[in-house]
Amino acid sequence: MSTPTSASTAMPVLQARGLVKRYGNVTALDGCDFEVLPGEILAVIGDNGAGKSSLIKALSGATVPDEGEILLDGKPVRFRSPLDARAQGIETVYQELAVAPAMSIAENLFLARELVKPGWRGSIFKMIDKRRMLEEATAHMKGLQIGIRSMRQAVETLSGGQRQGVAVARSAAFARHVVILDEPTAALGVKEGNMVLELIRRVRERGLPVILISHNMPHVFEVADRIHIQRLGRRAALVNTKDIHMSEAVAIMTGAKEADVKAIA
Amino acid sequence: MNLNSRRHPVARKIVSVCVAASAVWCASASQAADQPVVGLITKTDTNPFFVKMKQGAEAAAAKDGAKLLTAAGKFDGDNASQVTAIENMMTAGAKAILITPSDTKAIVPSIRKARAAGVMVIALDTPTDPQDATDALFATDNFKAGVLIGKYAKAAMNGKPAKIATLDLAPGVSVGVLRHNGFLEGFGVKEGDPSIVCSQDTRGDQAKGQTAMENCLQKSPDINVVYTINEPAAAGAYRALKAAGKDKSVMIVSIDGGCEGVRNVKAGAIAATSQQYPLKMAALGVTAGVEYAKTGKKVSGYQDTGVTLITDKPMSGVDSKDTKFGLDNCWGNK
Amino acid sequence: MSTPSAPAGHSRPFAERLPSLAEIGPLIALLLACGFFISQSNRFLSFQNLSLILQQTMVVAVIAIGQTLIVLTGGIDLSCGMVMAFGSIIMTKFAVTLGVPPVLAILCGIAASTLFGALNGVLITRIKLPAFIVTLGTLNIAFALTQIYSNAESVSNLPDAIMFLGNTFKLGPAEVTYGTVLTLLMYLATWFVLRDTVPGRHLYALGNNPEAARLMGLSSQKILLTVYSLAGAIYGIAALLSVSRTGVGDPQAGQTENLDSITAVVLGGTSLFGGRGSIAGTLLGALIVGVFRNGLTLIGVSSVYQVLITGMLVILAVAADKLSHRRG
Repeated sequence: MSTPTSASTAMPVLQARGLVKRYGNVTALDGCDFEVLPGEILAVIGDNGAGKSSLIKALSGATVPDEGEILLDGKPVRFRSPLDARAQGIETVYQELAVAPAMSIAENLFLARELVKPGWRGSIFKMIDKRRMLEEATAHMKGLQIGIRSMRQAVETLSGGQRQGVAVARSAAFARHVVILDEPTAALGVKEGNMVLELIRRVRERGLPVILISHNMPHVFEVADRIHIQRLGRRAALVNTKDIHMSEAVAIMTGAKEADVKAIA
Repeated sequence: MNLNSRRHPVARKIVSVCVAASAVWCASASQAADQPVVGLITKTDTNPFFVKMKQGAEAAAAKDGAKLLTAAGKFDGDNASQVTAIENMMTAGAKAILITPSDTKAIVPSIRKARAAGVMVIALDTPTDPQDATDALFATDNFKAGVLIGKYAKAAMNGKPAKIATLDLAPGVSVGVLRHNGFLEGFGVKEGDPSIVCSQDTRGDQAKGQTAMENCLQKSPDINVVYTINEPAAAGAYRALKAAGKDKSVMIVSIDGGCEGVRNVKAGAIAATSQQYPLKMAALGVTAGVEYAKTGKKVSGYQDTGVTLITDKPMSGVDSKDTKFGLDNCWGNK
Repeated sequence: MSTPSAPAGHSRPFAERLPSLAEIGPLIALLLACGFFISQSNRFLSFQNLSLILQQTMVVAVIAIGQTLIVLTGGIDLSCGMVMAFGSIIMTKFAVTLGVPPVLAILCGIAASTLFGALNGVLITRIKLPAFIVTLGTLNIAFALTQIYSNAESVSNLPDAIMFLGNTFKLGPAEVTYGTVLTLLMYLATWFVLRDTVPGRHLYALGNNPEAARLMGLSSQKILLTVYSLAGAIYGIAALLSVSRTGVGDPQAGQTENLDSITAVVLGGTSLFGGRGSIAGTLLGALIVGVFRNGLTLIGVSSVYQVLITGMLVILAVAADKLSHRRG
């Protein structure tokens, strides 16, 4: 298992400085900072209204911040839309999973990015290369050790955990820089939740950093390398998971306790 | 005030405008006070039958010096629009209302209300249920229309055994039932007679008439007489017969007497058709309405507006007129 | 999930290859109906009779292609029959009254229908009104325009060229119209596009989960506008078929086709919620109605029973669809 590189030596893959986002009279992000390092799983936790989802929306391209800058591999970027962010290598797995239940796993893996047959059959008739899609889908799922037998199965025949697996595999297959997971274990039972955590570790092992939004503290503490604690529109703390207790993290999250200066890693 | 034009030019102009305006206003008011208002409510305003009716009403209104209000439902069976139209026309001062009821039962309460308020209501073309819910009915005798073509068909068969197909309207609609039964009576067979080999509904539509005829021919290839509810259905039946090579050997009879239909009789596609007179219905209705408005005399009862058999191959024992007469008196685009 | 996956072979278990109830239901219903009528009348099973059934259903069948595409996206088109009638009046009036050459008149008719389809598409995608409401409105507009322009009278004395799809050729002992062949070709083409091409699969995705399609970057605006416009063009071709069959431009045509096309789609197993179904099912659905209408006439049953049976079949079809997709 790779150890996260310490903040002082590695350049963050995705970084944000001083993000501000206002909705009318409400300030959702109030000068928020963010960073995720190569090869780490970073959990983002925060109470309702802390600005968690606004932060993620800014990072995934769903919204454009009013002030502040975002840096990808050290270079400033502007995401005009989620498609834009995706094109620049950031994949997001939404809570609703964004899968078409009646369609097969292979089709869902390549949804909106279908592989076409070579030559005129692909360019003029836009014929889908089903064989290649099946092969690649099988390879992706195998690479992440997701044990589903047939890529032809309709996604609606899968269990919740397996569907999550499909969505995660899709993002891992196409992401070049970072994978963002929004509450991946929220709707799952214990066994399937653990399966998804294992899957997240495997994504990291392939070299992709993972940003994990979750309110499930045990899961956060089990799988995350560092924790970004969001509060009142700002980053209240950024700590190594090893260096903090769960209760302390919750306290900082709810404001019962102010973070120590040394806890900001 | 001295309205000498040299001293008060503006004032003089203003006064003359006022005088002129009040003269016009007085004239129109008095005309409105004298002019009887008659309303015409048809089932729809797209069916050429009702278009012709409206034209007849407009001509009669102009001749009799009446003001004609018109309204129609949006589709066959649109009772709500007709109810609203009755109310609006009453408010506008109509003394008589002519109506082709879309729903013969549902319109009755509105008609009763109008009559209670002193409005004379005449049904055109289709009787209400009950018929005496209106003051009078000016309509084609649809049964008689069927009888005429039934008699004609019988005479034309000249003793040959008949295999009859009936292409009807839709279940339960009175016009279709009356014409169908009239045809059987005129031909001399009862419902269920073995010579009636096929009966299918067409909704009076040409494409459905074609389909019904095709399927009937499949069932009984030896059909030789075809009764059709109206001329579009007949046109469809003819096309099916032609495709089967039977257009010369099978006789089609129909009802309506629209110009397109009479042209088909002239062309030999339809052997004979019973022509009805929507224009006459409307004209008689407007005249009766004006009479009532002026003298308070009402009409009552049923007035048969007439039906004429149109054919270019007359048969003895059945009165008919030729297609020239038919074209001169037809409704629709000449 | 941490078990090793099965080898990536392309042979799949037999059970997975069997079509689902929804796919096979219409075929079984059609075969049962044919079997019943064959047993009751010796005139049912002849090339001529079967060819007649095809000709009688082809107008509805082609309209139902457009309806299927729209229903697959989760929409519905109540105006299809009236748009077809409008197209047929344009093409016949242009040819007869304005003396426009037949080919050009046909293209104008198809263009007119396509414009109506595009109007539906624009209202649904830009103004974001529900398809049901929009097409209810255009249904009335198309009807009114048709009546006004035609003066509610049929257009006859058409030039032969306009009715060319009604010409026949011999196929074995039967006469087959070019229109029937065109209908079957259109079904084949649609089947290919829906099953094997990117736009076809996007259509399914959009209908199956519009939110997912949006999140993955599919432009629902572009897809829906294309689908509704294409459907309009298809209704224009149906207009040409209708003119070839009846020999007239009939402004009263198409009034029952609005619901008949939806019946064919539903009987064929396509879900009215979108995202599921096949174009083959629609053809079967249209044929089922045609077979019943023809068969019941052959055995002398009154027309009203056709309506009764169709109604019962529709409910059966929707129930079967609901039952077979009760997962997730």
